[in-house]
Amino acid sequence: MISFSQVCKRYPGGYEALKNISFDIAEGEMVFITGHSGAGKSTLLNLIAAIERPNSGSVVVNGQNVASLKAGAIPYLRRNLGLVFQDHKLLFDRSVFDNVMLPLQICGFDHRESDKRVRAALDKVGLLQREKANPIALSGGEQQRLCIARAIVNRPSILLADEPTGNLDMAYAADIMGIFKSFHQVGVTLLIATHDEGVMRQFEARALALKHGELQPTSVRQAHGKHE
Amino acid sequence: MNNWLVQHVSALLFTLRRLRATPASSLFNILIIGIAISLPAGMYVLLQNVQGLAEQATGAPQISVFLSLDASREDAARIGGQLKQHEAIGRVEFVSREQALEQIKRSTGLADIIGELTQNPLPDAYIIYPKKLDPQTLETLRDELQKWPKLEHVQLDSAWVRKLEALLKFGRLAVLILAMLLSFALVAVTFNTIRLQILTRHDEIEVSKLIGATDSFIRRPFLYSGLLQGLLGGATAWLIIVISLRLLNSSLAGLMQLYASSFTLHAFSAKDTLTLLGFSAYLGWLGAWLSVAQRLWQIEPG
Ligand SMILES: Nc1ncnc2c1ncn2[C@@H]1O[C@H](COP(=O)(O)OP(=O)(O)OP(=O)(O)O)[C@@H](O)[C@H]1O
Ligand SMILES: [Mg+2]
Repeated sequence: MISFSQVCKRYPGGYEALKNISFDIAEGEMVFITGHSGAGKSTLLNLIAAIERPNSGSVVVNGQNVASLKAGAIPYLRRNLGLVFQDHKLLFDRSVFDNVMLPLQICGFDHRESDKRVRAALDKVGLLQREKANPIALSGGEQQRLCIARAIVNRPSILLADEPTGNLDMAYAADIMGIFKSFHQVGVTLLIATHDEGVMRQFEARALALKHGELQPTSVRQAHGKHE
Repeated sequence: MNNWLVQHVSALLFTLRRLRATPASSLFNILIIGIAISLPAGMYVLLQNVQGLAEQATGAPQISVFLSLDASREDAARIGGQLKQHEAIGRVEFVSREQALEQIKRSTGLADIIGELTQNPLPDAYIIYPKKLDPQTLETLRDELQKWPKLEHVQLDSAWVRKLEALLKFGRLAVLILAMLLSFALVAVTFNTIRLQILTRHDEIEVSKLIGATDSFIRRPFLYSGLLQGLLGGATAWLIIVISLRLLNSSLAGLMQLYASSFTLHAFSAKDTLTLLGFSAYLGWLGAWLSVAQRLWQIEPG
């Protein structure tokens, strides 16, 4: 489903954020990406969504090499992905409902179908009562969940979540991880970047540990959970 | 196809909602564009009217041919026959020297002086109505007739019409230059408004790109916005001119009564209206397109 081989990413300025990364993730698998701040977790997720391009190596998603994808094809790649951003990227000029509506508008869904889907997504993250609110009026945890609702409304086959429990207390974090678990159960491929050890301990899942842009061999040994 | 239509209609509705969200600045922009367009468009309308007036006043241009004083009646008849047979000439009218003298006596009030003349100083003359009326034909005809024997003088009566024509030509050129300059202004105004719209929608554009919006999806509302602004500006210009002409006509009516004439200024034909609206809409779209082309690629997520 997702396969990195010998991927290097150097940012302008010369900093090597990822060094010679290779791994495979199977369809329906749930994988954590761990590591200290600045280890390269966000960079790795950004490469999958073609937000950044690798300097060398190949990033294959669904059989497509993202590294050499034409600019015109990128929007269609992203429509198959659900992205939960580290900084949420919510729009404060519209309601909670309209924030979740945006991906469906982009794909050109008709109104009745998209209304139904938006409500279903909001229901899943427990924000249905707040659909008319402005996201600015939501708490940090609610904003996080709103971002998740927007990521899943399009029913993507791959979900990339960057620090979905960052800055949240344990109760909220468990809440959100419960939501992810339910996606995992319906066969969504999940990549979750986190440095929250507590969260990871609740799950039986493989972890890819990054350190200064390098994949730690321990991550393979720690791996458990669903393997094909 | 259906999906395509849905996307366009929703982009248009979205654009209208945005316009409504900032009514003051939208109205202001539309008014500026309307006034800018109404200047050349108004001049164009006035020129059209002057041209119509000129055509009405002069009727068909004619050529007057004066015979030599020593030409006899036989000469005159022979020349008349030749003129009638000329392929460029439609109709010929003979004015004898006696008729001419009578006319002068009657129309000028110089009867006393003329009565004292022992001899008629006027020659026989023909008035010629050529078949074709363009200046080129008229001039070659004049030059040809001038060479005929027993013809003293050939006079082209359309000289002042040609002066007017030259003046109109100048006017049209002025309108064209003005229209071009103000077209640039219109493009610049939309360019700038759309630039501001893009700046204020920076986050929305970035997020949309991140979750799979194509460039054309992002461009669409801005292009519609420019198009709509141009179109409404054109409609405003149309209104400005139609209302101005109404006012001018009502004051013209009083003036024209003094001259026992009826002359009214005409506004746009349907074709002119469509051209005006189409052109201003196009310019608005162009301004938006330039703005979008210049800005959008700079907003890359990541
Ligand atoms: N756009 C960029 N330009 C230059 N350097 C960057 C850019 N983005 C990230 N980096 C650098 O690359 C390294 C990895 O960044 P990344 O955001 O992937 O870390 P991270 O593991 O997500 O950290 P955190 O847990 O704090 O989010 C960091 O040292 C960062 O400074
Ligand atoms: Mg990060």
